[in-house]
Amino acid sequence: MATVSDFPTALRYTREHEWARVQGAEIEVGITAYAAQQLGDVVFVELPQVGSRVTAGKPFGVVESVKSVSDLFAPLTGQVVAVNHVLESAPEQVNDSPYNEGWMIRVQADDDKAVDALLTANEYADWIKQADGAH
Amino acid sequence: MKRTPLYEEHCALGGKMVEFSGWEMPLHYGSQLREHEIVRQRCGMFDVSHMGVIDLIGARVEVMLRFLLSNDVARIPTAGQAQYGLMLNATGGISDDLIAYRQGKDRFFLVVNAGTRDKAVAWIRIHAPSYGVRVVDRRDMMILAVQGPKAANQIQRCLPEGLSRQAVALKPFHFVQDGDWRVARTGYTGEDGFELIVPEENGLTLWESLLRSGVQPVGLGARDTLRLEAGMHLYGHDMDGKSSPLESGLAWTIAWEPLDRDFIGRDALEAVWGQPVARKRVGLLLLDRGVLRDQQAVFLQNSPIGKITSGGYSPTLQRGIALARIHSEIAIGSICQVDMRGRMMDVQVVRPPFVRLGKPVYREV
Repeated sequence: MATVSDFPTALRYTREHEWARVQGAEIEVGITAYAAQQLGDVVFVELPQVGSRVTAGKPFGVVESVKSVSDLFAPLTGQVVAVNHVLESAPEQVNDSPYNEGWMIRVQADDDKAVDALLTANEYADWIKQADGAH
Repeated sequence: MKRTPLYEEHCALGGKMVEFSGWEMPLHYGSQLREHEIVRQRCGMFDVSHMGVIDLIGARVEVMLRFLLSNDVARIPTAGQAQYGLMLNATGGISDDLIAYRQGKDRFFLVVNAGTRDKAVAWIRIHAPSYGVRVVDRRDMMILAVQGPKAANQIQRCLPEGLSRQAVALKPFHFVQDGDWRVARTGYTGEDGFELIVPEENGLTLWESLLRSGVQPVGLGARDTLRLEAGMHLYGHDMDGKSSPLESGLAWTIAWEPLDRDFIGRDALEAVWGQPVARKRVGLLLLDRGVLRDQQAVFLQNSPIGKITSGGYSPTLQRGIALARIHSEIAIGSICQVDMRGRMMDVQVVRPPFVRLGKPVYREV
């Protein structure tokens, strides 16, 4: 399991704790190890259907943990081209492997430069430090 | 924030520390679900030293407790017996739930909630002088709850020999004492188990010895899902100063007889006793995917009928469950709806508990 303060440099991040990975023309999206740890054990993940549209900054799904329920926010605008159905029966993948088996959706972005506007690993790590320091 | 003597241990074991009633306590040590399962299948232990131990000493202590508590300690006449009960306020609301342990004719101790501990001690101290009872708030005591089907095996290896022999022979709601070590067959999980109440200078050694013998530490997160499955109440959620035991599924903790026993709250409850209660406590089973949460509203055909008082995910049943307080005319087996973030989801009304001794026990109608 990834340590919570370790963020793969190949990924981009949002302040709502999603990550985005460029895979050719598609962007894979999930939540960070930090977010997974904050949520505690994930027990349900609700994801959009393939073909539906997601909008940057808007909710695209819901993650329920033993502790709380949270919206999932789309890092960018586009069309959902794949959904990780494994999470329906194995939601613990979000905790166990947040950056790999725990991926949630793949999106065909409207603007292929959109991902460049997201946070880098360092920027995200700084953001968490600030947010943690705030309370 | 207050810390128990095991704070450093929790951190060293990877405990995720969170605030609970003014205490910094472990929520889990990695996975709440795994810890829940360990208690249902084998044995785990909780540090619940944040709970209050109150010693009461004096020739008229029984007389005092019979006035302060809804349940009647005269029903546990023998040293070594324990009893669950409530402290009520004058309007019949619940100011605390607790276990009273009889150590002798003139000695009892109480275990009260962490969040209500100071209030409970202050309340007892108001009454104690007129009974000549000495009240000792035992802040120097620790409580380790060892729970699960293997609990008896495990504590046998870690307690002093004489005490351990007596402990494993205990019936539920009985305890044994050796010096200032008190071992009770009580718990808050719906499993067999023990609560080890020991002076803090012995607590750390005992914790370490239990760890070495293979007992897994379990956080307050799993404690909550375990008690919820067991249909047990949580103070401040399923009951409080404004709710009556009659509408909280706790009528069984009121000893109405003998009729001449006066206790605080009796008049208020008697005034409504026998009348149909407006609300009752039930269990809810979510029929779709998701997790029920505290304070969600319950509906029947679009009209509000109550509220969830404790909601959560049941790891044993792998679905959302809750305790709720709803209109009393709603029958067990009814299908109602819960407003889950704007969406109406079907739930079935069931009679708690959901799980006892590792097995589902609710009936789906």
